[in-house]
Order: sequence, then structure tokens, then C-alpha cells
Amino acid sequence: MNTLDTLMQQRADLWRGGELSTTTHTVSTGFAALDEQLPGGGWPRGALTEILLTRVGVGALRLLMPALAALSRQERWLNWVAPPYLPYAPALAAAGVQLSRILLVHPDARQDGLWAVEQSLRSGTCSAVLAWPVIDDTGTLRRLQLAAEAGDSAGFLFRPGHMAQRPSPAALRLQLDSDARGRLSVRILKRRGAHRTTPLLLDPDHVHPLALHTPAATAAGGIQPQRH
Amino acid sequence: MAVAAARALVPELVVLPRDEAAERQALDGLAGWAWQFSPQLSLRPPRALLLEVGASLKLFGGFDALLERLRSGVTGLGYQAVLASAPTPLGALCLARCGRDIHVQTPDELRRVLVPLPLSLFDWDSAVLDSLQGMGVRRIGELLRLPRDGLARRFGAATPGYLDRLFGRLPDPQLPYALPQTFRRCLQLPAEVETAAALLFALQRLVQELCGWLTGQGAGVQRLAIRLHHREGQGTQLSVGSGRPGRDAGLFIELLRERLTRLVLESPVTGVELYADQLSELHGCSGDLFGDSRKAAPDLIDRLRARLGGNSVHGLDTVAEHRPERAWRYCEPGTAQQPVAALYRPLWLLPVPRRLQVRDGRPCLQGPLQLQPDRERIEAGWWDGEDIRRDYFIAVNAAGSRYWVYRELTGERRWFLHGIFE
Repeated sequence: MNTLDTLMQQRADLWRGGELSTTTHTVSTGFAALDEQLPGGGWPRGALTEILLTRVGVGALRLLMPALAALSRQERWLNWVAPPYLPYAPALAAAGVQLSRILLVHPDARQDGLWAVEQSLRSGTCSAVLAWPVIDDTGTLRRLQLAAEAGDSAGFLFRPGHMAQRPSPAALRLQLDSDARGRLSVRILKRRGAHRTTPLLLDPDHVHPLALHTPAATAAGGIQPQRH
Repeated sequence: MAVAAARALVPELVVLPRDEAAERQALDGLAGWAWQFSPQLSLRPPRALLLEVGASLKLFGGFDALLERLRSGVTGLGYQAVLASAPTPLGALCLARCGRDIHVQTPDELRRVLVPLPLSLFDWDSAVLDSLQGMGVRRIGELLRLPRDGLARRFGAATPGYLDRLFGRLPDPQLPYALPQTFRRCLQLPAEVETAAALLFALQRLVQELCGWLTGQGAGVQRLAIRLHHREGQGTQLSVGSGRPGRDAGLFIELLRERLTRLVLESPVTGVELYADQLSELHGCSGDLFGDSRKAAPDLIDRLRARLGGNSVHGLDTVAEHRPERAWRYCEPGTAQQPVAALYRPLWLLPVPRRLQVRDGRPCLQGPLQLQPDRERIEAGWWDGEDIRRDYFIAVNAAGSRYWVYRELTGERRWFLHGIFE
């Protein structure tokens, strides 16, 4: 086996154009259609995922619920830093999340919020950190990405949709919206792998996939999802 | 020498008043800290401490190791000390008083070392010392050559008795120090401090003393209370706490550091006070096989609370309640019981429901809302006067956002937004 193949098997940050990175440090999203499109078949762990939203109520949290439920069965915290509304305990319980693993942090000032996110990511005691930060510069994002690596946390940053135009060091960037028929449309802006242009459509109330948007488009895009 | 005479010799002389109460407090604090090395401890005010260490040598890994720990600990607390040792308490005191670190093992060695030293090392009445000096006896060796009964006749039986106790011919029991049950120490700062971060240095010393005192007691604390004294007005109170009782100075200092970054001082600080009274029993843990292990870091929750405030970190739990706004509660993280079975509920709740505009008989939120046909009627709470009667609907607006709205069934029959199906 030549050295290039060996290198690519060993390193999660090297991949062939047209393929996805061969990382295994992920947690399944619970949606097979989305898992197929993500390197390692799930949300990246020890890294940041950015979720860009232009409106509320499209199903962004429901998209995370299967993974959060799985992570809540570990011994580490699920940390919510300064959420915009109250995470509703009965709904979380219905989604299968162990409430005893939940931490809610309410800082007063914005700077304290960023500090709390970084400390939680870096501490190693949180399996996931959910945050709604106001970040203007990539330097801060880079620090959070490094903190997530150091603490082996899955960081989920919810940011406004117009941030899609700004560059970001996050391992995965998704843009979520609602389509005309009320389904959740997931556009993958960035992933450790080949670029994908067409959005996925999912029904987040059912944790099994709808058909992909157009199977022909995925073949034409030259994407060969890795299977593990 | 009078102060005026001293000033005449050195015009730039700075004269500070002696604060005997502070000296006594400092000695008490040092005694409390030193208790962890030996419970056989007595004070010799104004500035000496006696420790009987024979029984502690094995625990601390030998005399040299113990001496090193004592020396570095005392320096860490901000004192300059002379450490001397001898087979008898008086012997050790005399050696320490001469200002050099001398350590002797036997009474004969002690005698040899003491012979050339001045008689002023003995804490005798100045009248006795003056008259001995008048007789030409200035060194301890000269005193030892004098006949015992002559000394006893001239100066009383206490004098040869002192020499007997010095060389171990008579036992010399000391008054043991009684360790106080609570820790309260004040430190006057040498200059006024304006920034909170600069206080950490002074507080570090107090925390070291506290942790030494706790080690001696075999106890730990969960909460430290700190009071900052200003030139005028009330002091400022602070406290830091940890989820578990402990006595690791490093952990408390980390928590204090976080707490101080948030503190804004209204006026300069002249002194700091540390107070701890609620002790919990905490037995020592055995040392790591491989020597000093990595310093344990304070809990994430403790650090978040230290910096953001005690009320900023919560856990969540469900409550068996039909009224949606009461079907949840904050709890201590990790203690949720989760008693309620699953219902179809939104992931976001608005703690205060938001009133919705109504146009053409339909509620609106960024456009008219389309209500789904299934309705959930909740009527509850008549037993405690907070009764509600509402019809809940899932509503979608034109853009595709899904909301949880309700209509009151009584009164003005208004529409409200209560949750978001995120």
C-alpha cells in the first residue's frame, strides 16, 4: 500500500477530492440520509459544528436530539450556554435525553458567555456544548475549535444565516431552513470532504430519512460516501 | 535609644508603630499552619514557635525533608524564619535566637555549640544578666564553669533549674497550643490596593495558612468567606465555594482568581480577612505512587459559578404538572429525577407567554398562522388558585416556522405564543 493511502487512512484531515474524510470520531445524527453525507457518518466530535439559521422553529434542535440523547448516556455533561429560550424539560425527556446530564449556564455579559463556552469545551467534562454566541472574528472561532479538540467535546454553535458568507474554521457548517412544504432543508456549506451543492430534505419528527432530494444530482456531483 | 536620638543620627529614618496585636495574630496563624507537622506545638511570643518533631519524622520522610517543607512553607507564607533544632525545647530556642540555622542531636553537642555564645540568648531577667555581666560573665561557657550552689544562692533556684532543663537533665513540659475551632485571619496590606487582581497575592497567603490548618485538623471546607476592609465604610463581602469539601490551596486560589476577575472595587482596600467555620471531616488521601501527580483542576461547575455567580448554573428536571409553565424546574445539576412520561411538546418554552396579534380572526406571528387541526385542551390548577383553561395548537406561518400557541378559554380569549418547535 503506498504511503499516500496509509497517510489518508491515518489522518482525519486528509482526503481525496471527491471523497469524504475517513474519520471515525463522530456520533450518528440519527438520520441515515444525513449520516451518509457526513465524514465518519455523524456529527464530528472534538470539533465545532456551525448551524446557521435564518428563522426559528425550523427544527434545528430536533435535528440534534438523537445525537444528544446518545451523548447524554455518557458520563459527561450536555452544556447549554445562554440559550435564547428555555430548553423545555418535558420535550427533552420525550426525545430521550437524560436530564441529569444537562447543564444550563446563564452568564450576564457576552464576554462571560464566550469564556463559559471555551471553558466548557476545553474542560473535557462536557460531551457536547450548545451555544448561541455573537462572534465577529475568526480568531475566536479558531480558539473554540481548538478548545473542542482539547476537551474532546462536540461543539454546536448556532449563528445567524448571514454568517454563511464569512469564513470559519469549524469542521462542519450547515445552513438550515424550511422548505415550502414545511420540511427541514439542510444545506452542507462545509465538511471535511468534497463539496455538496444540493440540500437534503428531512422530516425531523421522524428519526428515519426521507428520500434524498434527487438521487441523480448526487451521482452527478461525483460524491462517493464512505461506508464504515 | 529614644526615637529623637535615632532621628538625630539618621535623619531619613522611617519609624513605624509596633502592632503587638497583629504580631500575636500572625504567630497564631503560623501556629495553626504548623499544626499539620506536629500537634506538639507551643507558642513563645513575640516571635518564636516550638514544635516537637520526633514523632513526625517518619511521616514526613526524615528530618531533612521535614525541615525543607517547613522552610519553604514558612517562606511561602511571607515570613523570614530561622529554624534550629536541639534535643530540648530551651536548647532549640537558644539556638534559633542566635540567628543561624543550627541543628544539634545530643546534649553534649548542644553544650559545645552554646559555650562561645553570649548569655543574652537566655531569656532571663535583665537584672540577673546585668549583674552577671558586672561579674565578668558574658558567655554561656563562663556561666557553666560557675558552681551550682553559688548560682542558686545568688540568683535563686530557678537559675540552675534552667540549666538542667536546657541540657535535658530535668524534664521541660511545654504548654500546648490550643487550636481554635474556626479560622479567621486578617492581613493588613502594606499599601492600598485599587485593583481586584492585585488582592490575589495577599489572599494566596491566607489560603495557604488555612489549608495548613485544615490539614492539621484532618478537615476540609466547602465555602470560604472573604471580607475586604476599606479605609471607610463597610467592608466588602465575597465568598467562593466548591461542590465538595476540600483543602487543596491550589483549587481555592483558582476559584478566587475567577471570582476576582469579576470584582470591581468601589474604594481601595486596606486589609483582607479570610474566614472559614463550617468544617467537614476529610481524611487524607494516600499519595500517588509516582510522586506529585498532576494538580487537580477545580470542577467546571465550581469555576463557572465562581466567575459568573452562584446562581448562573442549573440542571433541569420535569415536574408532574398539567400546566405547561410548571411542568419543569431548575435543579442542582446531576440530580434530575425525570418523573414525567413523554408528551408532544416544543423544545423551546417561553418563560412568559407572548401575546399575539389577531387579524381576521387568526393569530399572527410574522404573518398569519395556520393552525393544525389537533387541539390540546388543558384545564388545571384550580386547587391552588393559579388555574388555567387553555386550548393549545401547533401553528405554522408562511415561512415554515412551527410554534406552540394557545387561546384562553375564559376572559378575553386572547392568543399567546408559549413555545417554539425548534
